[in-house]
Amino acid sequence: MDLHYFFELFVGGLTRGSIYALIALGYTMVYGIIQLINFAHGEIYMIGAFTALIIASALSFTGMNPVIIFLIATILAIFFSSAYGVTMEKIAYKPLRGSQRLSALISAIGMSMFLQNYVLLAQTSDFLPFPNLVPNFKFLKPIENIISSTSFLILVSTAVVMILLTYLIKFTKTGKAMRATSQDAKMAQLLGINISRIISITFIIGSATAALGGVLISTHIGQLNFYIGYIAGIKAFVAAVLGGIGSIPGAVLGSFVLGWTESFGTGYISSDYEDVFAFLFLIIILIFRPSGILGRPENKKV
Amino acid sequence: MLDILKYFKPKELKKSLLISLWFMILTFPIMVIKVNTIENTVLWRWGSLVGMGIGSFIMATLWRYLLERKNMQNPLSNKKTLQMKVIDWANANPKVKPVLLIAISLFIVSFPFITSMYQTSIMTTALMYIVLGLGLNIVVGLGGLLHLGYAAFYAVGAYTYALLNYHFGLSFWICLPIGAGLATIMGILLAIPVLRLRGDYLAIVTLGFGEVIRIVLENWNALSFGPSGIANIPRPGFFGMHMKLQTATIYIYFIMIAMVVFTIFVVRRLENSRMGRAWIAMREDEIASESMGIDITKSKITTFAIGAFFAGMVGVIFAAKTTFINPASFTLWESLMILCVVVIGGTGSIVGVIVGAFILILLPEYLRAFSEYRMLLFGALLVIMMVFRPGGIISNIRKKYKFEPTKESSNASQKGAE
Repeated sequence: MDLHYFFELFVGGLTRGSIYALIALGYTMVYGIIQLINFAHGEIYMIGAFTALIIASALSFTGMNPVIIFLIATILAIFFSSAYGVTMEKIAYKPLRGSQRLSALISAIGMSMFLQNYVLLAQTSDFLPFPNLVPNFKFLKPIENIISSTSFLILVSTAVVMILLTYLIKFTKTGKAMRATSQDAKMAQLLGINISRIISITFIIGSATAALGGVLISTHIGQLNFYIGYIAGIKAFVAAVLGGIGSIPGAVLGSFVLGWTESFGTGYISSDYEDVFAFLFLIIILIFRPSGILGRPENKKV
Repeated sequence: MLDILKYFKPKELKKSLLISLWFMILTFPIMVIKVNTIENTVLWRWGSLVGMGIGSFIMATLWRYLLERKNMQNPLSNKKTLQMKVIDWANANPKVKPVLLIAISLFIVSFPFITSMYQTSIMTTALMYIVLGLGLNIVVGLGGLLHLGYAAFYAVGAYTYALLNYHFGLSFWICLPIGAGLATIMGILLAIPVLRLRGDYLAIVTLGFGEVIRIVLENWNALSFGPSGIANIPRPGFFGMHMKLQTATIYIYFIMIAMVVFTIFVVRRLENSRMGRAWIAMREDEIASESMGIDITKSKITTFAIGAFFAGMVGVIFAAKTTFINPASFTLWESLMILCVVVIGGTGSIVGVIVGAFILILLPEYLRAFSEYRMLLFGALLVIMMVFRPGGIISNIRKKYKFEPTKESSNASQKGAE
């Protein structure tokens, strides 16, 4: 076996997995708190990437320093995506709290269609090139073939986000409130936790990480269109379920497992069936562990 | 009562204004800035910002008014809904029912002759979605199992007919039961591994299953001719008669009518059968129903199998109607569309599914006037519909047995009290 090829695929899977993880976090957190599959989450990711592209392109015509442009574009993308996330929640999900879960799911599907077509109509259906803003890191020179600057950036950013998020959830008051809400929303409310605020915060965090993922993958791939949210959203959802939906470490683990499965599957078997590997792997895992890798088995009671 | 004029007071106006300001900021990068990456120029579209502001101001006012009106209705109040009133009225006038039935069937039969071929074709599509909706309704509405890969069975039916016809020249009428049968087998094959899964895990596995089928069809060129699909599938024959396009369209329309009647008949019979009641019990609570002696394994497999049966059947008709199929017709959106038919109409109710299919299929057709905006409007409509009528248009009213004391029994209870 060619070791170099193996490492290339390994890093490829890791990069993919990181992006999935950034999107899957939003899914799993929202699910943990309001038990809703947020189908429009992929669209938030797309809007983040698109906003960054628009701002970065507009700024790059002025001839600013690329690194500064990249930072501004990323921060604005995160801001706007979070704003979209919160607004979406207020319009499409909040009025449906307490009604059938299927209704909320259809509402999410509608929102996803709406946002996709909104970007399509307001912008374009063509693929747009993402300006090349990330400098080539010098210290990566010896292993350039295996790990590119953008994948390095993706890995580092994901690691930083994970650490920050773990801190937020484990050690802050908001995090404690979030955990309480996900365990029992009604009880949390009785104890004086403002549920609406917690839900909004969850949407903000989820959308922000998704936007970051969107910006990073767009710089990595170099182009995007309005449709990227669809497949990324589904893959991230698969990752979240694979790890056990509702569990944050599960989502991260599931994402990496999914990334590697796809990377090695396409690398060693066939590139046509990339998505088939992901889904088949998911089905096999779920047959043996019906609530995901790290998911808690559901308490069954009448 | 709530008055819309209330929303024109300064305080409320300020609120609406803030909301519209928020939307103006929110949509700023995407609505206003447009970059041309070839000529490296930026187009600032300030007009759309103004439009957004005014639009969102009006929408915000209207939205809050409607939402508050909806919330003011007490869900526990005994006030009869329009739907219940209609049902009561129909029960009170038993003669109305046959008259109405005759009128509807006359309309249905004469429809292709009084309208154009285009209308007939759209109506046939709507009828196909009625059968698909009713089939999925068995899984989602009665069985309570969220199924996101329903289009896969539809694809199985369509490809069965297309391939059997291509390789062996089998006719439509032979392929119809074969397609339905193969889809049923696929349904059982899917049901067995997912028996242990619940709720959203089930949803994602069915979604994955649907995608796997589609991707395989797309890439297995030797079997399915890949993304280019299969063309020149013959339309259904009528004792070897050669038909013109128009006659064939009308013919398929009537086949579809027969199929809808058949499906409604089967579903109605199933619903009230022992099996159907077992499904409903399973939907309400798996463990409780299991402890009452219902075989959950059997119930789950039968819901999937029977649901798939109808999809396979419609798939064959779909292939015959369009004469061309490719994997792009069977994406996740297709499954979601069918799910929308079920939920928008009213989960679990047959009339609801019929209404839902008509709305969801005919609406985008008539929205064509708005051409490029139609999917946008459609998405918005789904959200609005769910926010203001989460139970669907026609909710399933279950049979209730009221206890009304007769004179004798009330006398008896009074005597007992004395």
